[in-house]
Amino acid sequence: MELTFTARNVLIGATLLGALGGTLGSFALLRRQSLLGDALAHAALPGVCIAYLITGTKSPLPLFAGALVAGLIGSLLILATVRWSRIKEDSAIGIVLSVFFGVGIVLLTFIQKLPAGNQSGLDKYLFGQAATLVEDDLKVMAVLGAVVVAFVVAFYKEFKLLSFDPGFGSSLGLPMRRLEVLLTLLLVVVVVVGLQTVGVVLIVATLITPAAAARQWTDRLGAMLLLSAGIGAASGAVGSLASASLSRLPTGPVIVLVSSSVLIVSLLLAPQRGILWARVRERQAAERIRRENLLKDLYLLGERKADWATALTWPHLMGVRGQTGRELSRSARPLIADGLAEQIGDTLRLTPAGRKEAEQVVRKHRIWEVYLNRRLELPSDHVHRDAEAMEHTLSELAVAELEEALGFPESDPHGSPIPPRRSQRAAS
Amino acid sequence: MNPKPQIIKVPEREEISPAAAPGVPAIEVHDLTVAYRTQPVLWDVDLALPEGKLIAIVGPNGAGKSTLLKAILGLVPAVTGWVQIFGETYAKRRSWVGYVPQRESVDWDFPTSALDVVTMGLYGRIGWLRRPSKHHRETALSCLDKVGMRDLAHRQISQLSGGQQQRVFLARALAQDARLYLMDEPFAGVDATTERAILTLLKDLRASGRTVVAVHHDLQTVAEYFDHVVLLNLRLVASGPISTTFNADNLQRTYGGKLTVLTQATEALLQKRPLESGGE
Repeated sequence: MELTFTARNVLIGATLLGALGGTLGSFALLRRQSLLGDALAHAALPGVCIAYLITGTKSPLPLFAGALVAGLIGSLLILATVRWSRIKEDSAIGIVLSVFFGVGIVLLTFIQKLPAGNQSGLDKYLFGQAATLVEDDLKVMAVLGAVVVAFVVAFYKEFKLLSFDPGFGSSLGLPMRRLEVLLTLLLVVVVVVGLQTVGVVLIVATLITPAAAARQWTDRLGAMLLLSAGIGAASGAVGSLASASLSRLPTGPVIVLVSSSVLIVSLLLAPQRGILWARVRERQAAERIRRENLLKDLYLLGERKADWATALTWPHLMGVRGQTGRELSRSARPLIADGLAEQIGDTLRLTPAGRKEAEQVVRKHRIWEVYLNRRLELPSDHVHRDAEAMEHTLSELAVAELEEALGFPESDPHGSPIPPRRSQRAAS
Repeated sequence: MNPKPQIIKVPEREEISPAAAPGVPAIEVHDLTVAYRTQPVLWDVDLALPEGKLIAIVGPNGAGKSTLLKAILGLVPAVTGWVQIFGETYAKRRSWVGYVPQRESVDWDFPTSALDVVTMGLYGRIGWLRRPSKHHRETALSCLDKVGMRDLAHRQISQLSGGQQQRVFLARALAQDARLYLMDEPFAGVDATTERAILTLLKDLRASGRTVVAVHHDLQTVAEYFDHVVLLNLRLVASGPISTTFNADNLQRTYGGKLTVLTQATEALLQKRPLESGGE
């Protein structure tokens, strides 16, 4: 794709910002300070306005410096409010955010009523206007970004401890307060870097969204930082290219939409944490329970006559649990597929392998009944229902330990024999 | 102004030599008063705790037990008074002191492994701008081994049970290789296996000459687990060896009218229970 000069600038700027936001955002997310970045961005607005009023230019460096100073003052005010007053952090963030933003909007309105003010273009700081990025902006962004990354690499293990257990860090003699101030300063720098591209209102999304998405995929902080930076950078790149090719779409919001889509996909699909997988695991558990129940039914019906060779009819089996034919077929299908049961016409019976499998389910059930009856002294007619649930959750190891603790009982409280432990040969 | 990283070699032998001068208490607290805002949480505490003992801090909720530990560690500012560790200020003795915070004080969903958390105990020794080396990882692994958690070293910490998380915290304190351990409720909400593991560990620490001061909630096990008791309720009620100090009179003064607790305590005094049926 042929890129115009402006589009190239936007692409570089947005990618850089995404990577930085993702990195610092990870710490903000883990320290439960997601809204701190939001407050810092809003706090930077009056700084931009005051810098413009003083210098009368809209060249990047003075405005940058103004935003930086105001952001720093805002962040230090938040830290000070929490330390020296009874106000909690979330309230302190809310207060600083709204007061600074209010002042910023008043100043912005004032500036736009000045003779030269309506050309100042300061309103781009509200929602961001990546197209106004020039070469000089990119240079400033690159230098500041390099500084931020260098600090994160240098103090990685201290920042990790600060995020996990600051009290313990202090007890080690590490200056946790100063590290906290340093990390907050880095966050301010990233926010200020992003103001022109994404704007005061949406900058928090470039911090939190990639970090939240990355957290879904990994349980290691290092991997989370890299992944978050990667998601941020990719969202910046894709977002800026999309807004460049579809004319008139604002860059900042498009970047946020891209990273939000990544977050939604992550929340749904990430292994371990993904919502869809949780559903799949639930279904698998339900299927295993159905399967074990049918195995056990077939076994128990056979046990009564000590005859497992005779196949049982569909209606007979449906009657055991009041199942419909369809439900029974659904339970039987995987058993047949695994060679644990065989269907002969309209009847079903256990294969030898199926009988061994069924014995283990019955064994769990009966050992648990013995435990409830002997150790918890529940009457023998009260133990069956509980064992129905436990037979599906107990592990073989737990059952073996229970069996030993109970002195290797031979029969359950109702007098039925307890099948032996699966032999090594059959298990392998 | 930054404190220098402490470069201390891990001692090869388990035994530690006694502190600088014999007879110097492990902890000496003088006239300590701590207040949150205007609300005093510790009043005029004077205390001297002997070296090489297992010491319980006991008292009702809100008695200032955790605050006493945090004040010793300089984590909360004192209004008046001072603390000495083996005859020196805490700042000078910091590397001699290990800390086990309350388990609930951190977010266990943090993306890190058990081994990583234990390695944090070595951060003071690793120093600035350095990554943990293979040697540090092995030290951390051996600490996990001591609490029976080596097999779970790479497990994410949210996948551990409460008792296992507590053992990770203890292993992290072991990695500090301190002479004096301050533990905030190490037995709170742990399973029976962990309770036994912690007790064994405490006894091992004592056998190697180390001192443990632990906030403890279960009055029934105080006399059995510890040598020395500090009874606290905003003010110091009593401090001394279990045999002379842990009696009904002092408990009455510590817990005041809280009858249910008192009944428990007297019951515990009347019939010393074996470990197996204790706990909960």
